[in-house]
Amino acid sequence: MVKLDSRIPEGHISEKWTNHKFNMKLVNPANKRKFDVIVVGTGLAGASAAASLGELGYNVKAFTYHDSARRAHSIAAQGGINAAKNYQNDGDSIYRLFYDTVKGGDFRAREANVYRLAEVSNNIIDQCVAQGVPFAREYGGLLDNRSFGGAQVSRTFYARGQTGQQLLLGAYSALSRQVGLGKVEMYTRKEMIGLVVEGGIARGIICRDLVTGEIEKYSAHAVLLCTGGYSNVFFLSTNAMNCNVTAAWRAHKKGALFANPCFTQIHPTCLPLHGESQSKLALMSESLRNDGRIWVSKTKGDKREPNDIPEGERDYYLERKYPSFGNLSPRDISSRSAKEVADEGRGAKGKEAVYLDFSDAINRLGEHVIREKYGNLFDIYETITGENPYKVPMQIYPAPHYTMGGLWVDYNLQSTIPGLFVLGEANFSDHGANRLGASALMQGLADGYFVAPYTVGNYLAGDKPDMLSTDHAAFEDEAKELEDYTKKLLSINGKQTVDDIHKKLGRIMWNKVGMGRNEKGLKEAMEEIRDLKQEFWNDVKVVGNDKDINQNLERAGRLADYLELGELMALDALERNESCGGHFREEYQTEEGEALRDDENYTHVSAWAFSGESHWDMHKEELEFEYVKLATRSYK
Amino acid sequence: MADTTLKLKLKIWRQPGPKAAGSFVDYDVEVSPDASILEMIDELNNSLEQEGKEPIVFESDCREGICGTCGLVINGQPHGPVPKIATCQLHMRQFNDGDTVYIEPYRAKAFPVMKDLTVDRSGFDKIMYAGGFVSVNTGGVPDANAIPIPKEVAARSMDAAECIGCGACVAACKNASAMLFTSAKVTQFAVLPQGQPERYERVQKMVAVMDELGFGACTNTYACEAECPKGISVKNIAQMNRDFFVSKLSGSKQEA
Repeated sequence: MVKLDSRIPEGHISEKWTNHKFNMKLVNPANKRKFDVIVVGTGLAGASAAASLGELGYNVKAFTYHDSARRAHSIAAQGGINAAKNYQNDGDSIYRLFYDTVKGGDFRAREANVYRLAEVSNNIIDQCVAQGVPFAREYGGLLDNRSFGGAQVSRTFYARGQTGQQLLLGAYSALSRQVGLGKVEMYTRKEMIGLVVEGGIARGIICRDLVTGEIEKYSAHAVLLCTGGYSNVFFLSTNAMNCNVTAAWRAHKKGALFANPCFTQIHPTCLPLHGESQSKLALMSESLRNDGRIWVSKTKGDKREPNDIPEGERDYYLERKYPSFGNLSPRDISSRSAKEVADEGRGAKGKEAVYLDFSDAINRLGEHVIREKYGNLFDIYETITGENPYKVPMQIYPAPHYTMGGLWVDYNLQSTIPGLFVLGEANFSDHGANRLGASALMQGLADGYFVAPYTVGNYLAGDKPDMLSTDHAAFEDEAKELEDYTKKLLSINGKQTVDDIHKKLGRIMWNKVGMGRNEKGLKEAMEEIRDLKQEFWNDVKVVGNDKDINQNLERAGRLADYLELGELMALDALERNESCGGHFREEYQTEEGEALRDDENYTHVSAWAFSGESHWDMHKEELEFEYVKLATRSYK
Repeated sequence: MADTTLKLKLKIWRQPGPKAAGSFVDYDVEVSPDASILEMIDELNNSLEQEGKEPIVFESDCREGICGTCGLVINGQPHGPVPKIATCQLHMRQFNDGDTVYIEPYRAKAFPVMKDLTVDRSGFDKIMYAGGFVSVNTGGVPDANAIPIPKEVAARSMDAAECIGCGACVAACKNASAMLFTSAKVTQFAVLPQGQPERYERVQKMVAVMDELGFGACTNTYACEAECPKGISVKNIAQMNRDFFVSKLSGSKQEA
């Protein structure tokens, strides 16, 4: 029986992290080189953790399935990163960032973690500037800020529309320095496919070399998973092609609990679908909502060109429904509102799309100002759609973007398997049921630069784990099993391709476990996913062999895990009989169609333990709101 | 969005491994003009898999032109005929019905072909490991607003920092030079106050590794800038050369 101990330190919320840092055990500087740490994934969380641990003196082994650490999908984040600097003198503070994040997460996040996130947010900006990250600046030479959804202060730092790129390249440069110094050993083109657990603690990982196909064993004193989210379970999402849940899922099957899998974020400003061959949905940064106004026609099935629809016949529905936040309402609310108007038949030209219109801002500020702020985003839009957004309103629609759920971790970011830490999007801890814009970059770097380097040291000094040889039976057995698993995938030789089946899964997930969910649909989804999983194992066709570059095999292994995760997402959504944040159960809504939380019965984290195929046991971590009082979220 | 499709003849480079001989293989496809070129290859791969044939190996990830993973030579041009985009952003509406499209990997000694359209660009990482950073540890740094940086200086740094590390500059250069890539990173730091302490040491170290790895010299044809999906300027190369010569002339790692 797993006991969930969140290990939240004692004391006032503003002192917990400081006290905890003081109480943690330390590894003597001379002893740090006696410890090996594996970091899987080199996005913001992984690269920053690997670099920081290397700087401290640990021997770090960093793994990525990409050809280079710099390719991780953090690079695609556009809009910005939040911090409570209050440089704009508009009333921001650590407490306000904490408050906004808890409220934005619809009261389903752990207060202590969120406070720490807000607390270290300022250090992140300092760190990145010191690394030479070229953030946007004012004419006086100081840092510039912009606003993002769910906040009434300007606290978002940015580097044109490529903030994620610049922050990742900053972390990658810190990582590069450690590689050059020999403190981090970089393993590229290696995909983690198994976690080795022995004596109840994490001992290392098994990888498949994506060039030679070799199954390889790596041992360490601690393992950090920084492997991102699982939005690609929907097939179409804003995530990169290779983003996958495999590392986290295989750790889950080895005993790590998976928390709140149904908390997925559908981003309101993505490009609409163009056709069957589409491979992903492109994101348009939420920062566009600073100056763009969202609207649809008041009339159903209005096929007119947007510029031909007079002002009086337009419905600026976000401004109408949520006057104080308007176009900057949080993502879940904005997405759902878009779906509502599209379902009513009022979408752009009657389709599943809404308009994002910059004509007012262009008239007010001039085209050059808009170009300076968003030029590259406008270019991306024009490249993809062939339309000029300076002249014609953009068409946007929600798409799966981020997953708040993930492996359960305690305050130390340690999973239910001692020695296994989970950072960034891969864990569940900070965003509750909905993440605010510009907070993902903040969390990834907070975990990697400022949390894990302390808490991993505390584990190594306190638990004093020993390191197993990779010849140990625990490694040998796991490697053998995975070798067989790979051969099995190649031997099915059925009729459907991996993508055919993944698209089927995506359709089930989008229709029944997407923006709106209900009991009937969720039960059907679970059945359908189980059937599809059977189909996969009987009828998939994976070509090529296992001792070569084989991208077909890579995709097959990832899909096999999505087919299991999908079922758990539906189960989690079915069990949570309330609506909160990104989880909208149609049965639970107010008369105005707003999400209806059930604080009495569902103020908890649902953490699922794997107990055999299609079976999970749920453990609850009750959440207490001592500082931000439980209240209905209102953005009106 | 178009309702018609394009019929194209593709000639795609297939090469089973680094040592094996490669050749162009013909494929006839019908594709939506709204699809990207990589989506077209996805579809082609899906039909190859259905027939039990090995799909074409190519790399891509974000498909938004920012990760730098994709990079194909299309009709002789890295990232294809449209300026300032990455391969993943090339949409088929740029082609006409009946066109023949050649698709091949980057050709450069320092970027050996691994399989089909995939090449090994790890040389770029090695240049970065040599000096592509400001040596600060996590923690103990000053407040972010302690050093004011003029807006235009930050913008110049950012212009250079936009490099996505795709390698098109190397593929476009007749000498397979990595000067544009390296100089972009050198310049990002050279213009910022944070980069000054290591400015001259950095350029020497990065250039040394670049030369060691077999990247060629720059002979000022500017093909790199023309093919760069981010429009990184060759002025960065001038900046790097200047810093490099200053550091050599002064005979030390510091500016004389």
